Amino acid sequence: MATVELNNVKKRFGSVEVIHGVSTTIKDGEFIVIVGPSGCGKSTLLRMVAGLESVSEGEISIGGKTVNDLEPMDRDIAMVFQNYALYPHMSVRENMGYGLKIAKIPKAEIEEKVNAAAKLLQLDEYLDRRPRDLSGGQRQRVAMGRAIVREPSVFLFDEPLSNLDAKLRVQMRLEIRDLQNRLGITALYVTHDQVEAMTMADRMIVMNAGRVEQIGTPLEVYETPQTLFAAQFIGSPSMNVFETTIQNNILSIGDITVPVNTEAKGKVAAGMRPEHVIVDDNGPLSITVQMGEPLGANTLLHGRLDGTSDAFTISLPGVHHTVAGQVIRFAVDPRHMHLFDIKSGGRI
Amino acid sequence: MTVSALKPHKEPAPGMVEQRGLGLWFTHAVMIFGVLIIFFPIWLAFVASTVTQPEIVSPPMPLWPSDQFIPNYKKALFSGVNVPVATMLVNSLIMAIGIAVGKIVISLLSAFAIVYFRFPGKKMFFWLIFITLMLPVEVRIVPTYEIVAGFGMLNSYGGLIFPLIASATATFLFRQFFMTVPDELAEAARVDGARPMRFFWDILFPMSRTNIAALFVILFIYGWNQYLWPLLITTDPEMNTIVMGIKQMFPSGDDVADWPVIMATSILAMIPPVIVVISMQKLFIRGLVDSEK
Repeated sequence: MATVELNNVKKRFGSVEVIHGVSTTIKDGEFIVIVGPSGCGKSTLLRMVAGLESVSEGEISIGGKTVNDLEPMDRDIAMVFQNYALYPHMSVRENMGYGLKIAKIPKAEIEEKVNAAAKLLQLDEYLDRRPRDLSGGQRQRVAMGRAIVREPSVFLFDEPLSNLDAKLRVQMRLEIRDLQNRLGITALYVTHDQVEAMTMADRMIVMNAGRVEQIGTPLEVYETPQTLFAAQFIGSPSMNVFETTIQNNILSIGDITVPVNTEAKGKVAAGMRPEHVIVDDNGPLSITVQMGEPLGANTLLHGRLDGTSDAFTISLPGVHHTVAGQVIRFAVDPRHMHLFDIKSGGRI
Repeated sequence: MTVSALKPHKEPAPGMVEQRGLGLWFTHAVMIFGVLIIFFPIWLAFVASTVTQPEIVSPPMPLWPSDQFIPNYKKALFSGVNVPVATMLVNSLIMAIGIAVGKIVISLLSAFAIVYFRFPGKKMFFWLIFITLMLPVEVRIVPTYEIVAGFGMLNSYGGLIFPLIASATATFLFRQFFMTVPDELAEAARVDGARPMRFFWDILFPMSRTNIAALFVILFIYGWNQYLWPLLITTDPEMNTIVMGIKQMFPSGDDVADWPVIMATSILAMIPPVIVVISMQKLFIRGLVDSEK
């Protein structure tokens, strides 16, 4: 158990800077999810914490000790890889005990720890099998087991669930979260899946193009996204954004006006989540439906916001039978209106 | 994982033509005919090793074994012409195993260095190794002889083995195999605390075992069949290897060749490679077709 501190961490490959200075402090026992689109540098950041990539600039410390120049094994971390990275010629037992064997821990003790971890992960029956004889979910558990037996102070997960099918992913998500809770080990978890980020994180770090967009609890990021990117990346379906002008607390879209409470003036980007739309036959805004997507619990209606050329999605609870061309009028609660600076993308 | 083509299956694999009736008989007939053609000289050699000298030299040549099997082989093994064949067999065995093991060890290590380490001139070293493919023993034989002679290694096992153990082919093969091993495996081992050599021994080496077996078979036969090099550097009959030794058994001048003994030696020379191939057949085929992931 330990805190992890990143202080203005940068990474350069040759002359190309891919991570432009990340700073954050991760509390003891916290579950942090780093989320972002592919190529945003999230895996690189994790690998720097693991010690698999060198740090070009800045400082990483684990448990108060600067680890920039330490080998992965000396950082007191354990890592779970996307493709599990199990040793194919070793049994599950040997896979899990390999790190301990290298650390020259007595055989009896290794046996004991492996058995305990196997029990925790319900792998007891499979201890003598080879990884290739296991299913994806079981391999994932073995990879977790390998991390657990070492009793590290930090767990690092690099998209551990992306090779599993959707149903198993939901189950493993809960298992990982539950396990981390019980063991109380600080965890850093990288994913591109915003649902994983929302459901698992104590706090999440939203990254884009090597920069941190926002750090906060899932609900903070959802309710008050600090940047346009964070607003659109978190939440499914993603937030509707359209350009408008604001003058004297009046937001105008074409010749429609909506009162808002803001200090912003001039051109801004306004954002509205599909699920925050209030259907109201007398509402000021409307969309012309182009396509409906019934999901069962709710229905997504895709169309264009009337008065603009921007795509707009509405999420309505329950089943709705809508046909293309239908006009849906709605109102907006000003509290659920997000305004962003058009140039910087920052929240206003 | 075994290969599906090796398993018996009820239906022909896609792409294979199903053989029935006449076609089946015809293909078998062709195959048996081919085997007979290849096998016939070996049969003749075997027959010649079981008869007496006068029987061989008086035409027609006998086609069926006679009763001299035991005396001929006894003579070959324990007295030979210049040196007992048993000695030559041991020499060949040491040389072939030395070359095969040496080549595998060196290639494994150099491929490991080339794939997993960053060092200055890495590319250059790889190409240097690769270029040696173009320099077989025959091309560099004079300078190599000079060096071996300078080290005083003529007529020694060292002289027979060392100049032949650098192998670009095997290095290249292992390099290709190592590159298919996922990077995460090396990283996982690093996180587990394995230093590079530990990773090599515990992970890479066991994973390459089928490749190693396949290479061992090929390289053993390569070493066993060496002719020119042993001929050049072993002047002492005690150091003769069997493949060159057979040639040494031919008398110079007008002496009469002891054909039954020479033929018995030829048959004996074939046995060890056959044993190696048969005993390692399973691993050998798996190493050629399966990358064991």
